[in-house]
Amino acid sequence: MGDRSLLVELGDEISPEVNRRVRELSVILMENPIEGVIETVPAYRSLLVIYNPLKIDLVIIKNRMNDLQKKIGEIQIPEPKTLEIPVIYGGEYGPDMEWVSQYHNITVEGIIQLHTGTTYQVYMIGFMPGFPYMGELPEGLATPRRETPRTVIPQGSVAIAQRQTGIYPVESPGGWQILGRTPLKLFNSLHSPPTLLEMGDLVRFFSIGEKELKQWQ
Amino acid sequence: MAVVETIEVLTPGPLTTLQDLGRFGYGRYGVPPSGALDAFSLRAANLLVGNKENEACLEITMFGLRIKALRDVVIAVTGGDLLPFYNDKPLSMWASFILKEGDTLSFRGVKGGCRSYLAIGGGFFLTEVMGSRSTNLSSGFGGLDGRPLKKGDIFTAHSPQLHLKTAGRGFPQDLVPRYSREWRLRVIFGPQDDQFTEKAKSTFCNSPYQVNPQSDRTGIRLSGPSVERRPNVHESIISEGVIPGAIQVPGDGQPIIILVEIVTGGYRKIATVITADLPLLGQMKPGDTVTFKQVSLDDAYETLREIEERIKRFKESLSSQS
Repeated sequence: MGDRSLLVELGDEISPEVNRRVRELSVILMENPIEGVIETVPAYRSLLVIYNPLKIDLVIIKNRMNDLQKKIGEIQIPEPKTLEIPVIYGGEYGPDMEWVSQYHNITVEGIIQLHTGTTYQVYMIGFMPGFPYMGELPEGLATPRRETPRTVIPQGSVAIAQRQTGIYPVESPGGWQILGRTPLKLFNSLHSPPTLLEMGDLVRFFSIGEKELKQWQ
Repeated sequence: MAVVETIEVLTPGPLTTLQDLGRFGYGRYGVPPSGALDAFSLRAANLLVGNKENEACLEITMFGLRIKALRDVVIAVTGGDLLPFYNDKPLSMWASFILKEGDTLSFRGVKGGCRSYLAIGGGFFLTEVMGSRSTNLSSGFGGLDGRPLKKGDIFTAHSPQLHLKTAGRGFPQDLVPRYSREWRLRVIFGPQDDQFTEKAKSTFCNSPYQVNPQSDRTGIRLSGPSVERRPNVHESIISEGVIPGAIQVPGDGQPIIILVEIVTGGYRKIATVITADLPLLGQMKPGDTVTFKQVSLDDAYETLREIEERIKRFKESLSSQS
């Protein structure tokens, strides 16, 4: 992209396998750093490698990345973490729950069961610091985005769109359907790493009541 | 000498933030680079007052900032001409200058460009967050507690008096950018240019686009002739990493030039502004017009090397003076 980045594509679909390859390449690159590379952005199916064009030539980066890609599958990479995330579903915490329930013609309880009944893979962190894109939602919960995005979505909102689920780390505008809210903090600029979740992590949600909120804060 | 107070904010203006050359290495956590939109002007300002090139500066948007010096400090103002005055006299830009204790500096209006950079000899004494002093407004960290300046803020610096001797430096006239309200940006096509029609690519390169008021540090929104996708090509793509200068085209066909506050995006990108032209993006303001010109990678690198070579020569001239 442009005169200072290379978009390495590892597939053309959203799938756990393609995404695992992206994560592997990202780890391989971290362990075999290329001088002149200033930033990498791993995503669903691609790894963006941003470099300083005054320090390194595109051709050299391309060759090095080709070599590194051959190591995918050959090296041990760190096991992903598994996290359980508490969520208060519905009510004032999940303003789109009723709409989603009606859209699928499933009770609120049923929606919660579907959302908590799956283990999700964190495909990437993007959109804003600490926002995890996770999938796949069960097919029965696939939901279009809101027609009109909200201008304010509270911190910790747990939301869905198409076959993805995500969590808003800080208050922001956004177009996903909000099912609930987690008291956990997804982003802290002073922590290392600064995010609760990292690409590749596995996540399960569980339902808590308002009374249990305090103990998680 | 210890850390001492340098300036106090009398009025902050609509948006003044601390920025340096940006935050890198945290893209995997969704953390964008932030940093000065016009990095060239920031580097120049720092060099003029004897700072490191990536020291933090104030990025002043449009107008309204007024500060008071709490001791003698050396300053330099670069970037867009926002009519800077010290006390009641116009201040020469692109030069270093001593602001005496009690003097005020104010930015009174927009004459050229959109953003000014104010460097103080000795910089701004602030903790780095993830390796940078740049302000990330949307997530609220970096710079001054992740927020814009407000009235009453007081800044400090380490040994600012050591920089006073740099007063009187001037940036070479032939290196000072001239800002008009009609911009020509050089671009490299890709990565998804093949998913737009041939007509769309020619429209994109041959039509003037206007900068919308909804533009901010996240992106410059343009309006003009629609850039059409090929038939059967969906509006959005699977989200992927983006860089500042990438030009994405959402469903309505109106291009958006991505700036420094996001790292991923889900729209197709027809082209990307070359690195050498990125500083111009920080000086475009609502109502300005933009045209795009396709160039080759070799042209892009040659232009970039030329600019860097001239900055290098300026730096060498400074070290031979001292």
